[in-house]
Amino acid sequence: MVDDESRPVVEAIGIAKRFGPTVALADGSLTVLPGETHALVGRNGAGKSTLVGVLTGLLKPDAGQVRFAGRPAPPLGDRVAWRRQVACVYQKPSVVGELSVAENLFLDRQPRGRFGLLSRSRLRRAATDLLESWSVPVDPATPAKELTVEQRQLVEIAGALSHGARFVILDEPTAQLEARAIARLFDRLTGLQQQGVTFLFISHHLPEIYEICQRVTVFRDARHIVTAPVAELDHARLVEAMIGDAHGLVQVGQDRPPVPDEAEPVLTLDAVGVPDVTEPIDLTIRRGEIVGVAGSAASGKRQFAEAVVGLRPRTGQVRVAGVTVKPASVPAALRAGIGYLPADRNADGFVPGLSVAENATMTVADRLGPAGVVLPKRRDARGRQAIADLDVHTAGPHQPVGELSGGNAQKVVMARALARDPRILVLVHPTVGVDVRSKESLLGVVDAETRAGRGALLVSDELDDLRVCDRVVVMVAGRVVAEHGRGWDEATLVAEIEGIGEKHV
Amino acid sequence: MSETLAVGAPESPQRPPRPTGRPSNRLRLARLRDLALVPPIIALLIYGYTLKPDVFLTKSYLVDTVLKYQTELALVVLAEALVLIVGKFDLSLESVVGIAPAVAVFLVVGQTSMLGAPWPTWTVLPVALAFGALIGVFNGLLVVRFKLSAFIVTLAMLIALRGLQLAIVGGATISNLANRIPTIDNLGSLRILTIPLSIWIVVLAFAVGVVVLGYTRFGRSIYAVGGNPDAARAAGIRVERVIWVTFIVAGALAALAGLMLSARLGSVAANQGNGMIFTVFAAAVIGGISLDGGKGSLVGALTGVVLLGLIQNVLTLAQVKPDQIQAVNGLVILVALVLARLTSGKAQD
Repeated sequence: MVDDESRPVVEAIGIAKRFGPTVALADGSLTVLPGETHALVGRNGAGKSTLVGVLTGLLKPDAGQVRFAGRPAPPLGDRVAWRRQVACVYQKPSVVGELSVAENLFLDRQPRGRFGLLSRSRLRRAATDLLESWSVPVDPATPAKELTVEQRQLVEIAGALSHGARFVILDEPTAQLEARAIARLFDRLTGLQQQGVTFLFISHHLPEIYEICQRVTVFRDARHIVTAPVAELDHARLVEAMIGDAHGLVQVGQDRPPVPDEAEPVLTLDAVGVPDVTEPIDLTIRRGEIVGVAGSAASGKRQFAEAVVGLRPRTGQVRVAGVTVKPASVPAALRAGIGYLPADRNADGFVPGLSVAENATMTVADRLGPAGVVLPKRRDARGRQAIADLDVHTAGPHQPVGELSGGNAQKVVMARALARDPRILVLVHPTVGVDVRSKESLLGVVDAETRAGRGALLVSDELDDLRVCDRVVVMVAGRVVAEHGRGWDEATLVAEIEGIGEKHV
Repeated sequence: MSETLAVGAPESPQRPPRPTGRPSNRLRLARLRDLALVPPIIALLIYGYTLKPDVFLTKSYLVDTVLKYQTELALVVLAEALVLIVGKFDLSLESVVGIAPAVAVFLVVGQTSMLGAPWPTWTVLPVALAFGALIGVFNGLLVVRFKLSAFIVTLAMLIALRGLQLAIVGGATISNLANRIPTIDNLGSLRILTIPLSIWIVVLAFAVGVVVLGYTRFGRSIYAVGGNPDAARAAGIRVERVIWVTFIVAGALAALAGLMLSARLGSVAANQGNGMIFTVFAAAVIGGISLDGGKGSLVGALTGVVLLGLIQNVLTLAQVKPDQIQAVNGLVILVALVLARLTSGKAQD
């Protein structure tokens, strides 16, 4: 036991893992030093999730070795030993929603009282102590399902630490958080770091890495590419390491021609409101125009978009190319020429068990043959067309969409939105959780399709998405508070989204 | 989110996606899954042959002693498979097997003058089908419109219909139907090309089912709704309507099965169809239909029915005592489930 202090908390050496014919990890290596916050970045499919699976003892590597503080990792079956070394907070909640926070923290090791029965009061005290010692401001009696994403993450971190682990993997912890919640989370992480906790931080959002991490490791194509202190790897070089060539940041749509004033409107919204969520909103989108909608999660922008496409009841009038659309009916909106890409592709974007071709043609099932018949040949042809048009990386039109990476699944959802040749595209968070290249390719599609004469309503939190737009409106608490043409200032826009900017409208 | 990357699909935009190679393998695999039960079926045929070499593998034995007794089960399994694939449950189908023929027959030969009875004998078939469909309408109403759990709605419906059937039939059995109602007579004894009509009906129903599920907009909608109702809704599929129609079709199919059962027995018993739903679920799940919805094929479900039918028959041939046969049958179903799980390689939902 020579000084444990300088030994890496965790070392992964030459990890390889295949799933059948799929190489998930060819040469995965990672060294995390005690007390640091280490970033792990890479595009979707780079092998990050597989590495996390190996590091947490959930996956057995085909080759390679994992060492904790210089000692070999425990055997795979010994979950207790693994939990003493490492914990992972996933994007998906791993708490039991119906149980209280206290019960979740002490699942399967509840403190006992008289007669060997569980003691509620001891459980409550233990949970309170645990949460207090890591300064997590949550009442242990709260049912876990009532926690916010932020609280849930803190509770899971506290639970992980209570097992003895001082090394915590955070898998995209900021993906579902708003800016202020992210700032609070970072404060908390810094505090824990000072108490001796080491973090492996996985994120698609590169600025965060510079904000909170000391060193960064980049994976690409199932391999370790580089590990360096963040100060020595600037933004351009980091992106270069991720995408393999000096491709720079998203540059799509920089040269869009201005939309002429006389271009006819394709989507006209007259006092369209979502009951209890938004005020009536007027908005006109012209041929060839992309209008962005920015706002916080509570602004109602997503519900607004869902009302336009008929998924929610609404007030007011929606017209596509002058024709009034029946409210609260998706088929009516589709027929009128509205193409829709939903906010959360896993929730309502695609059917995972069905094929690429089937998902991509779901909106045009009536055009795949006579009298309600679906001709597989026609469907597959359209599927192949979509795969080619949108550059979907798949084994073919018959591969289930559930097997694709996030970016490619999203391209299939985009194909579904475009399949009916819509006049107007309604896109909600089109690039959420996809890698840089898929992002460029998805935004490139929006750019090209609108140049061909469609209009687009693009609801997003990503500044990269909004840069493509010809106009951006900002929503706060169900109202449009500002509107910008091209060349808006990032700081102003973010301030307005957060509700701290000046009100223009 | 899966971060795995298929070898055949490098994530590089320079290279076009490869069009061939794996899809055909995958298709072949999917078909294989449908036929996973063929080896155990063959094994049972061989075992049956060793038990009774002189008759077992003859056409007349297989048709008249094995398959004929599975026709009603097969139709109800077809109905249940549709409901399961769309992501719902229907326990009441077994009571429809009893009540639909009971009502139809009662209106024709019952001791009543309600609704202008006795009705002409030809009404038996349409009345039974309509009554089954009506139950489907009602189930659909409660599940789709009132958003109640399909499990509990159809369980309550099962209990209610059982009671109604007892009231109609009066605890006795309406018998000697073949002589009184030509439709029933035909269903029970007509043969086409030496094969009983009921077997033709099942073959036709499954053929139509395979075509509808695989090659029509409605059929594909059933899979989409069962696989992810929210995605189906966002794609413009009328989710509620698809579910509702599926319940109605299932009800009508179960009614037809009931009529066929009455025709085979020549009577409507007070407990007709009682307990059938357990075998129905066992056959569907063994045949690869997922209880979570969106997965499974009718061909697979049909092999499940054939397998269960053979098991029952072989158990009788092996001279398992009648009072033990049910226990043995249950055990064999469990073994079949384990085998189906192992051959499919995926967890059963």
